[in-house]
Amino acid sequence: MSQTLNSETSSNWRSKWNVLSSLLGPFLALAGVILFFVVADGIKAGEDTFWTQQNFRTIAVSTATVAVAALGMTVVIIAGGIDLSAGTAIALCATVLAWGLKEDVGKFLHRASLAESSKLVADGDAQVKRLAGELKKVEAAAEPNDDTQILIKKLSEELEAEQAKLDVSRVELARCRFWTASVAVILSVLTGCFCGFLNGLLVSTLRVVPFIVTLGTMMIYLGLAKHLGSETTVRPILGSIPEWLQDFTSLLQKALWLGVPVGVWLMLVLAIVLSAILRYSVFGRYVFALGSNESTARLCGINVPVTKIAVYTFAGFFVGMAGLYQFSRLSVGNPTSGSGLELRIIAAVVIGGASLSGGRGSVIGTLSGAAIMAVITSGCTLLELKNPIQDVILGVIIIAAVCVDQFRQRKLVR
Amino acid sequence: MTVLLTMSGISKRFGATQALKSVSLSVSAGRVLALIGENGAGKSTLMKVLSGAHAPDHGEMTLAGQSYRPTGPHAARMAGVSMIYQELNLAPHLSIEDNIMLGQERFRWGVLDRAAQRRIVCEALAKLGHGDLRPETPVQELSVGLQQVVEIARALVSNAKVIVFDEPTSSLARDDVQHLFDVIRRLKSEGLGIVYISHFLEEIRELCDCYSVLRDGESVGAGELAGVTDDQIVALMVGRSVDELFPHVPHQPGDVVLKLDRLSGAHLPKEVSFELRRGEILGISGLVGAGRTEMLRCLFGLDETRSGQVTIAAYSPNRSPRARMAAGLGIVSEDRKTEGLAQSRSIADNMTLSRLSPYARWGWLNLRTRRQQVDRLMKLMEVKAASQDQFVHELSGGNQQKVAIARVLHQEADVLLLDEPTRGIDVGTKSQIYRLMGQLAADGKAIVFVSSYLTELLAVCDRVGVMSRGRLKEIRPAREWTEEEVMSVAVSGEER
Repeated sequence: MSQTLNSETSSNWRSKWNVLSSLLGPFLALAGVILFFVVADGIKAGEDTFWTQQNFRTIAVSTATVAVAALGMTVVIIAGGIDLSAGTAIALCATVLAWGLKEDVGKFLHRASLAESSKLVADGDAQVKRLAGELKKVEAAAEPNDDTQILIKKLSEELEAEQAKLDVSRVELARCRFWTASVAVILSVLTGCFCGFLNGLLVSTLRVVPFIVTLGTMMIYLGLAKHLGSETTVRPILGSIPEWLQDFTSLLQKALWLGVPVGVWLMLVLAIVLSAILRYSVFGRYVFALGSNESTARLCGINVPVTKIAVYTFAGFFVGMAGLYQFSRLSVGNPTSGSGLELRIIAAVVIGGASLSGGRGSVIGTLSGAAIMAVITSGCTLLELKNPIQDVILGVIIIAAVCVDQFRQRKLVR
Repeated sequence: MTVLLTMSGISKRFGATQALKSVSLSVSAGRVLALIGENGAGKSTLMKVLSGAHAPDHGEMTLAGQSYRPTGPHAARMAGVSMIYQELNLAPHLSIEDNIMLGQERFRWGVLDRAAQRRIVCEALAKLGHGDLRPETPVQELSVGLQQVVEIARALVSNAKVIVFDEPTSSLARDDVQHLFDVIRRLKSEGLGIVYISHFLEEIRELCDCYSVLRDGESVGAGELAGVTDDQIVALMVGRSVDELFPHVPHQPGDVVLKLDRLSGAHLPKEVSFELRRGEILGISGLVGAGRTEMLRCLFGLDETRSGQVTIAAYSPNRSPRARMAAGLGIVSEDRKTEGLAQSRSIADNMTLSRLSPYARWGWLNLRTRRQQVDRLMKLMEVKAASQDQFVHELSGGNQQKVAIARVLHQEADVLLLDEPTRGIDVGTKSQIYRLMGQLAADGKAIVFVSSYLTELLAVCDRVGVMSRGRLKEIRPAREWTEEEVMSVAVSGEER
């Protein structure tokens, strides 16, 4: 009896250790990679170029697009699926956003169009300038007599009126910009959700493995984006990109908020919300159950097809968000900018300790995975290692991460 | 009559279980030996020893007069022992010829000698009376019966001396069974030794010459089939006495809660009807493949239903598992690993997965109240685990089974469908599960208890039904059955 008790206690300890190591493992790996580059950089350059606030800001921003999409991918992979269409779907979302700004989609909801309002503002501006110039000329040239007094009075009245009109036009233009930007952003995120929904629907109803379904939709989304952009890059009208969206991932001093751009904060908020959903919601339990054992999920009365559709749609929301980041960084909609991105996204999730056979994965792991890749890219650049070498190192890291994980799993099963 | 193969004093132990205890067997040329025993009696283990998949702990084997110690299935095949399993081992996309010659290709300087191969293949097929088969046909285009012929031909080509058939008829149609018997008779006349494993006594009577019975890993009898009656063989197979393993909790049957009216599945079961009352335990006996599991799965909505009606507490729910659960059904799957439990999730998750609603508000879980509930269930079920966060795959089989049963309890099901709930778990836990079943019945729950272990069925259940070939043959109160009677109904397989 005491022996069984003993073994139960030790398995308790082991169980806790497993949970801890699976949580902290990717984090430790990240710390290791950072430490390596700090030391290597210190030896090579003699001064810190890696360990600077500026560099970490750059890393945070460059990891954001991949990280946000990887959060969604984490859910899909935990549920036992895969989404190869994520990359081109992100590009599609960014293209939709750019198209929305270019086509001024706000005009359908708001009475004035962006072009008209801008023209009004420009005209008003010119008028005000002209009147102000005239006024100045009159004041400077003529002696003060009644005629000029009257002229000056008339001119200043006119100027005031024009000024007031211009103010109204400016407000109107700001409204137009707001509407257009809002509608475009919402459209873009909805596009992401729809892409995910379509993936989920096909996976559930056709009963084809997600790898094949999303391989197909990857092509479809690429085609849709190209069609929308008439096979070229979509450039929004100048000035239609709202400032906040420009600042979203900008590294300019004015764009920073508590040290990093807003986009990085948003990524962290999304991550926290997602990990709460995975841990504390019914949906989260279903996601894990589905990936761990689909038969059991069915046996427990979970509506498997509906849950799958929900999972992919949910991941699609993150794809839409990643589209915002992509657009913010490029400030144009490039339909082909997402090709190959899906592999980086999946790599981030896998380095983070998720199992491609489902049932396992964590938000903190995924964030670490995305960060590890960004740190390696940045570190190699600073060490002046050539791009091909960076690729090789990333590849080695991916394989190593999965090997370490499998080794741990095998030990766990025994 | 020359003895081809002998196995003597074979013992094999897996951990705590002694799977084989000094088993002996001999196969003669031109004879068919029937290897008989209940599920779990050790037939499969013995055959795995013979085929080299397991090395015996003790014992000697000789093949054609020489010592025989296979290092693996391939070595066994090369030495002349081939196995034909229930599930066929063929590459479906390859042709008949490629399948037969797989691993024993004839070639010259690295190039396949197609002509020689074709000659060998045609010769083997002709020997089996199937010279009409074209060697280039892909195997997937053949019927199951013909696929079996291909596999037997493969054994012939590798110069088999002894061929073992492990329940070869369970997936065959009636005509194919007769063809198979013809093929086996041809092999017999060629002077090969045959071991034939089957549950069906009438098949054995038709085909075999001698028999050997295993029970609990021991040889309990062997001889010429002509000299024994069916009853004697069944008595040898069962031959066990009930001990105090089965605690009795008094319970009274109440209203009818579950009614099946001629329920048929896509393949199995066939037109099963019965009624079940609250406070009643109904046992379902039958051989592996009789359709017991399929019947439960149809009933629960997991498998396709072709026809028939299921009524639970006076109304007929939809066929989805969700609707059946809402109506009060709960199931414990026979396979804990691949279906019953999410192995890589915690005990708490597994116990509550089928009913999270009491802890959820707006889709968010209150983990604290869930913790309390799970703790209560773990205490009730006496689950031995470090904590409720422990992963299920770290638990012993018995504890995993308790988690699976706890889930059905947590679900507050009225009718519990238990499929082999005591398989692979130790005696103490078995007894706990029997007591729990009695208590549940006393609380007014109804239980359908499927088991291959006759003794427990007769001791625990109020009524026992016997299934054979997809049909529920007969239901009687448990005390009106004897084990021999159950077995003879189970093996009475008319109408295939």
